[in-house]
Amino acid sequence: MDFVLNGRRIGLSLTNPQTTLLDWLRQEGLTGAKEGCAEGECGACTVLLVREHPQGSQYVPVNSCLLFLPMVAGQEIVTVEGLRQDGRLCEAQRAIADGGGSQCGYCTPGFVMSLFAEQYRPGRSTLCDPHSMGGNLCRCTGYRPLSDAALSLAPAPDDSFRARLSAPPPILHAVHHEHRGVRFDRPASLPECLDLLAAHPAARLVAGATDLAVDSNLKDHRWPHLVSVEALPELRTFRDTPEFVELGAGLTLSEIEARWTGAPSLVHDWFPLFASPLIRNRATLGGNLATASPIGDGAPMLLGLGADLKIAGPLGERRVPLADFFLAYRRTALMEGELIVSVVIPKPFPALARFFKVAKRRMDDISTVAACFAIDLDAADRVTAARIAFGGVAATPIRVKTAEQFLIGRKWDEHSVRETREIIGESLTPLSDHRGSAAYRLAVAETLLEKFRCEREEELQPV
Amino acid sequence: MKYAGQAFPHESANGHVSGDALYTDDLLARFPNILHAWPVLAPHAHARVIRLDATPALTQSGVVTMLTSADVPGEGDTGPARHDEPLFPNEILFHSQPVAWVLAESLEDARLGAAAVVVEYEELTPILTIEDAIAAGSYLAAPQRVQRGDASQALAASPRRIQGEVRIGGQEHFYLETQCAIAWLDESGGVTLHSSTQHPAETQEIVARVLGRPRHDVTVECLRMGGAFGGKEVQANTWAAIAALGAMKTGRPVRVRLPRRLDMILTGKRHPFLGRFDAGFDDDGRILAVKGELYADAGWSLDLSLPILWRALFHLDNCYFLPAVDLTGYLAKTHKTSQTAFRGFGGPQGMVVIEDILDRIARTLELPADVVRERNFYREGQSTHYGQPVKDAGRIRTSWDRLKQTSAFDTRREEIGTFNTAHRHRKRGIAITPVKFGISFTATHFNQAGALVLVYRDGSVQVNHGGTEMGQGLHTKMRQVAADSLGVPIGAVRIMPTRTDKVPNTSATAASSGSDLNGAAVYDACAKIQSTLRPVAATLLGCSEDEVEFDNGQVFNRERSQSVDWARVVESAYFQRLPLFASGYYRTPEIHYEAATGQGSPFYYFVYGAAVAEVEVDGFTGDMQLLRVDILEDAGASISPLIDRGQIEGGFIQGVGWLALEELIWDAKGRLATNSASTYKLPSWSELPQVFNVDFLERAAEPGVIFGSKAVGEPPLMLAISVREAIRDAISAFGAGGIIEVDSPMTPERIFFAVERARPSPLAVGRRKAEAVQQ
Repeated sequence: MDFVLNGRRIGLSLTNPQTTLLDWLRQEGLTGAKEGCAEGECGACTVLLVREHPQGSQYVPVNSCLLFLPMVAGQEIVTVEGLRQDGRLCEAQRAIADGGGSQCGYCTPGFVMSLFAEQYRPGRSTLCDPHSMGGNLCRCTGYRPLSDAALSLAPAPDDSFRARLSAPPPILHAVHHEHRGVRFDRPASLPECLDLLAAHPAARLVAGATDLAVDSNLKDHRWPHLVSVEALPELRTFRDTPEFVELGAGLTLSEIEARWTGAPSLVHDWFPLFASPLIRNRATLGGNLATASPIGDGAPMLLGLGADLKIAGPLGERRVPLADFFLAYRRTALMEGELIVSVVIPKPFPALARFFKVAKRRMDDISTVAACFAIDLDAADRVTAARIAFGGVAATPIRVKTAEQFLIGRKWDEHSVRETREIIGESLTPLSDHRGSAAYRLAVAETLLEKFRCEREEELQPV
Repeated sequence: MKYAGQAFPHESANGHVSGDALYTDDLLARFPNILHAWPVLAPHAHARVIRLDATPALTQSGVVTMLTSADVPGEGDTGPARHDEPLFPNEILFHSQPVAWVLAESLEDARLGAAAVVVEYEELTPILTIEDAIAAGSYLAAPQRVQRGDASQALAASPRRIQGEVRIGGQEHFYLETQCAIAWLDESGGVTLHSSTQHPAETQEIVARVLGRPRHDVTVECLRMGGAFGGKEVQANTWAAIAALGAMKTGRPVRVRLPRRLDMILTGKRHPFLGRFDAGFDDDGRILAVKGELYADAGWSLDLSLPILWRALFHLDNCYFLPAVDLTGYLAKTHKTSQTAFRGFGGPQGMVVIEDILDRIARTLELPADVVRERNFYREGQSTHYGQPVKDAGRIRTSWDRLKQTSAFDTRREEIGTFNTAHRHRKRGIAITPVKFGISFTATHFNQAGALVLVYRDGSVQVNHGGTEMGQGLHTKMRQVAADSLGVPIGAVRIMPTRTDKVPNTSATAASSGSDLNGAAVYDACAKIQSTLRPVAATLLGCSEDEVEFDNGQVFNRERSQSVDWARVVESAYFQRLPLFASGYYRTPEIHYEAATGQGSPFYYFVYGAAVAEVEVDGFTGDMQLLRVDILEDAGASISPLIDRGQIEGGFIQGVGWLALEELIWDAKGRLATNSASTYKLPSWSELPQVFNVDFLERAAEPGVIFGSKAVGEPPLMLAISVREAIRDAISAFGAGGIIEVDSPMTPERIFFAVERARPSPLAVGRRKAEAVQQ
């Protein structure tokens, strides 16, 4: 395989396909990227990928601890060692260094990479957003000087880094790799992928690897055969029509956010609450749903919007309502040889809809409880349609259909919401764990519905 | 002074942002023959090891050997104070305690090898909570008591009394760079290590102890640390000892690096505390007596728990005069990680208890909490409960008043009242809290430091000192101190990595004392060099010795009519066969303390500060947002204002994490359930307040300390208690008054249920069912 690293083409013969890019870089002596957590939480290992953008290319910061080496085949990568030009530090480096943005310095290269990408973000017309570094953790500074560094940056200078962005991004070709019986395949078309899955039913699908690579790094899982969907053009659809929106299962969350400009407000609220920028730059909607985590943030929102899944398999394509997709803990309706192609969200969108996430930390955390409420009302404020969806309160993401049916035909007021909350309280069976007790999850699941109601009353400003 | 007082970025800032700054594990590629180590982890919190069989591991690919007690030539124990930390234990005392270590060609081989090792255990019952330890009488030391007056009598005579308890959670250091050491055999029969340690001299001592070698055979170097916060004060030693033992056994370099999960489950944390109190006060809120017990959950070994407990007892007064005191501290021995030093070193837990008491008094009397706090401030001339005069006590009130004014405290409190009336489900709270923190190691002998300054013939300078750099900016300050003390440009001074073969027998870089101690030692060495050079310069300038002035690379006569380059003076001195290097030394004067009586003056001075915090709480979820923070800190005459501001802001946010976010949860088997970055949440961008003002107390130079500066590493962490108190204020706004009891950390869940308790009737309608689930 080969790839471009800091402007130079690197060719290498792969061994273990679960070696991470981070480990490889550090073995090669490029030790600017650090391991802080090995699960994509801290961002100390951040590097840039050059990826597609409507006007050419863009720099996309990602966690190198969550990239297996074969995934970078054909990619173009920039590490912190590549930012200096003629011995001069770049502006993001200068701003962080001079303003007290580094103390112990261990996390600093990661912050630099995120901020560099923000400064060179195509079409940026405002100041650099400090939250572009939202996937980077610092234990020393308390973030204020890093925020100031972001706000101090001018437009990206007219240099070779900027010039690179007007050229097209690298195209990902097929990869087929085998070493001592361990395989990694990255097919370049859906039919090829389906053939591979048919021939190798035990193969494990992988998209952005933001979950799978954590299992590899922290739980030492090893897979004899991985099949990456990253190079499948059929999974990168985006269509916004009067009847529906179709989101390709292989689009990253950041790509969806950039493309879906007409998204309803709850979706705009949802994006920044979903993990961190570095994760959103790799994580796909298809991966988030197929992994079937009871605490994933994609499912509750899409359940609230009444989404369907397009699934491709050996017998062709089928459509499954998302509400029927989750069968049990980490089990889905996907059958052998199948994969999710896209998520289809019907229009019109619900008249009133909100997504709430309750977590220990306001940003970049995993949900204790996630909720999506979507209702339609008639002229007399009677409920004509309702969807009440939760994550974190059962073995799968769920809709509380008894509560939804109860609401239909009732007036949307404090009284009926209170009764609905009681039904929610009776219907859910959450667990206690380190994110929250069962009692808290149960209580918050129903008080969130009241929050939803109160916010409509404009007693509260939207958070 | 030319450089002291100027805002310099971190001395390694360019290295940090470019990735050029190296940390211990970055050196890995320089040791092509290196072996990797992985521990065999015990799957119990308390057990006896019955059988250990490495045979299945040794036949695995890449496995070289397994280290056990049979390989220890010296003493197989790394306990820093009491020798109570066996490297290869027969009795398992906390969950996942390493039983043995496998060395292999790759990390993966070592891990798979360790998994193949067969160990049989006899399971024993673990003690996992403070309550269990109290019931079992399980303690690591005798109770420690400090008293003033007759507290029982004073309590009995008090017009009002409150009793209560407060639980304070621990805190994981979460230094971004985990524990790491690389050891190899040097060219002359010794062992050399790169270690991420705050205390290279002690790492050297422990390695020498384990190897059974004199300390001169062991050299420890610390390039820099990617954060430490106390977590590498004594707890870096074990990993260094394993690496050195492996290098001795195999003759090859050995790397021990704990990945995050191992670091979290194996290393100690800030001590969780349980405080019980009985306080007497008058109708104005003046405290008359405090009687209390502090229980620290110390874990499986003594570590630094005793001085930590003492610092908690010493800081329970914070800024308040307590006329009668009877405090007893207990170190609960539990089957958990051995809790250790963490920024504040027990002081924060002691302060939380008194601040909690004061808020309860204020709410009992329906007085504003800030008024009750003010009424209890120390005044000039008063002494602490352990008998130390409170030097500069007037600064408590001065800085308090100034901060109240600059933060518009009174106006904002009114605005918050208006906001709270207008919002049923979101409430804001505001609080101001002060800090007084004693500076010096309470173990008096640690209050000494050494330096070695080398001047080369071209005038360039190397400075070695005993302090380690962990991000706090010590090297930056030492560079400023050396440049000013020698009179050379700052670019002429290079700070060298900390090595035990440059300055011996150094103290840990801890207790906020790094700049005070090492700065004075560096100054001493520089002064000696200047006095060597003075006569040389006088001859060159044709003036008398006492007229010679060194300034920024030039040497002048007093009128500045003549000058000569520093480098020329140095070169002349060389030709006159004069020494161009000097050692420096410093010990803190005046301090003394009797452990037996709990009385004395253990601190050279106190650092003061105050903070105002404003928060907003969502009553539907318990979600809390930090809106605004104003800080006034007494940093003396700051040597490095940019560095000090960084310490204040960073320490404060770390304190917010401790009190409001970071939650350590051990399960019923004694496993740490929050053992990763995804389950243990440190402050991220969402904790940065929208408004964050930091100011320094003016005209605050501290006589007798290097360039009039004051320590700054730990005290700001405790300013975050203002956030804790502001949250209680917001919770109280949901109700009609009364005491607000909430344990720390104040997670959304704890806040939510505290709000539910405070409300006239709870919001959650499924509450009955919820309670059933909880039981």
